[in-house]
Amino acid sequence: MTAAETNGPLLEVQGLAMHFPVTEGIVLTRKVGEVRAVDGVDFTIGRGETLGLVGESGCGKTTTGRCILRLEQPTAGRILFDGRDIGGLKGAELVSLRRRMQVVFQDPYSSLNPRMKVGDIVAEPIKVHGVEVDAHRRRRRVDELLSMCGLDPKFADRYPHEMSGGQRQRVGIARALALEPEFIVCDEAVSALDVSIQAQVINLLEDLRERLGLTYLFIAHDLSVVRHLCQRVAVMYLGRIVEMAASDELFDNPLHPYTQALLAAVPIPDPRIEATRAFRPPRGEVPSPLNPPSGCVFHPRCPVAVEGCKAMRPTLREVRTGHWVACNEVH
Amino acid sequence: MPPLLEVKGLHTEFRTGAGLVRAVDGISYTVEHGETVAVVGESGSGKSVGALSILRLIPDPPGRVTGGEILFDGRDLRSLPEAEMRRIRGRDIGMVFQEPMTSLNPVLTIGRQITETLEAHRDADRATADRRALELLEMVGIADPARRLRQYPHQLSGGMRQRVMIAIALACNPKLIIADEPTTALDVTIQAQILELMKSLTRKLGVAQIIITHNLGVVARYASRVNVMYAGRIVESGRADAIYHRPRHPYTMALLRSVPRLDQPRRARLDPVEGQPPDLTRLDEGCAFRARCRFAVGRCAEARPALEPAGEPGHLAACFRSAEPMTEEAAA
Repeated sequence: MTAAETNGPLLEVQGLAMHFPVTEGIVLTRKVGEVRAVDGVDFTIGRGETLGLVGESGCGKTTTGRCILRLEQPTAGRILFDGRDIGGLKGAELVSLRRRMQVVFQDPYSSLNPRMKVGDIVAEPIKVHGVEVDAHRRRRRVDELLSMCGLDPKFADRYPHEMSGGQRQRVGIARALALEPEFIVCDEAVSALDVSIQAQVINLLEDLRERLGLTYLFIAHDLSVVRHLCQRVAVMYLGRIVEMAASDELFDNPLHPYTQALLAAVPIPDPRIEATRAFRPPRGEVPSPLNPPSGCVFHPRCPVAVEGCKAMRPTLREVRTGHWVACNEVH
Repeated sequence: MPPLLEVKGLHTEFRTGAGLVRAVDGISYTVEHGETVAVVGESGSGKSVGALSILRLIPDPPGRVTGGEILFDGRDLRSLPEAEMRRIRGRDIGMVFQEPMTSLNPVLTIGRQITETLEAHRDADRATADRRALELLEMVGIADPARRLRQYPHQLSGGMRQRVMIAIALACNPKLIIADEPTTALDVTIQAQILELMKSLTRKLGVAQIIITHNLGVVARYASRVNVMYAGRIVESGRADAIYHRPRHPYTMALLRSVPRLDQPRRARLDPVEGQPPDLTRLDEGCAFRARCRFAVGRCAEARPALEPAGEPGHLAACFRSAEPMTEEAAA
């Protein structure tokens, strides 16, 4: 084992950018603009850590996850997994990378093949990667994975439509674990579930992290879930990270005006607390990433913006130990 | 003054391939003039079907309202002829649904969709309706309303479409608005804007509201009274403060404990409601929650408990043990 494999973060994202071209015409297409879905993002995830990536629709959180999984080819930037740049990986090397990082999607209804039995869904990655060629032993492994995810092994003979949403999401997690990955991207993995079921799946994800030493990138819009599940949290707005800190620090002491507005917008399930909260929703809506505002992208909606914010794009800087903010007005 | 809406013993059934589903199984509640009542529950609890039954919008077949009375403003909606009912929908009762993209007509301009309502219910002429439409868009906080009136739904963002839905719901000065998950599809800052808007407008205009939602935070912020539904029945009902601070039904207690909270530091583990919601085609005579209930006893299998007074005046719970202190020791 080299030093990079034992020390250092498991994942390092440096200056990641993903610009999607906007084209016109059918035969003779020409580029008329670009959507800057991700526009210069840096972060690291330590081994065994859960980093939360939060933000509203279109902020680039899912695209960031897809770039890390090599499902998109980024426009710029580097992604180091276990100290190695994954950008140029091909063939066998890419296949072995895919064994080490997996994904759990939001919608357990559309991410499972309705024509396959649950057992075959979970066995498929094991088969594809040739991990276990013996069908009998593969079946035993599937049973083990299902029970690890809190499902009775007899579910292996059922089809996804015979299961509830929570059970289906457990199947999705079992499939992600089939290749014993080190790193899992959870993209809104509990968002579609009912409250009582959501808590069960959150506990499962946490148990698995402890038992298997997993590292998660947890992409979500539900801030309460993120606070509970993540050690560190990064807040994205219009393709950029605006604030990043340890979970409790970020939620108790938000510094960026956008984070503050976001937290104030979330209702707390307690009428007494709600009655005492001074509350003003942030004005306006998220601008189009086709034509983002100049300078700080949040300035048109920002309550503390000054003239200079229109011109100068703030960089993410560490204002306290481990607390990073991209705002020129935070000192 | 009698309540604005009184639902008594409402039953709605669906005939499905798997069997008969009693989606709403005898619910009773009232809504006073100008009051905001929340109906909370998870998927399949019957919260939406209950609201659609009030409006007589249950598709038949497969569904059918099989029993109960719905008294709105002194009239029984179940016995009204359809033509009469159409005049109530959209005029006396406004509706806001979850998906503003599917509830707006994609081939009509925003302006036309508002004036259509006004012309149908108010016999307004075109010019009056146009003026009122402009006024309504201004009221719901849409910038540059004159231009927006000429646009189509796809040209608007999700938040703006929901504002248009609210404008349509308010167009004829209704007495009641039924909002079914009005902000579930929206981002959190937009959700807050829309809920603030609905709250301030309904207060200003004295409109009563039924908000149907699964989000316990939304309920805490906006509702004065709450009905909690589980498997087609109301299991607990009361003032919001009592529901959150002195719940008397084990399901309500478990639900409140299971949500992660933004205002609290990380806990070791969440305390979920174990098990799965029941299969509605296979409910027996016992309490539908008992399989997941930490306080279940023998008699819970014998009959479904009725919704009865528990705790403070006006508070109701459907649990045999609601009068007992439900502490850790009481859990079986």
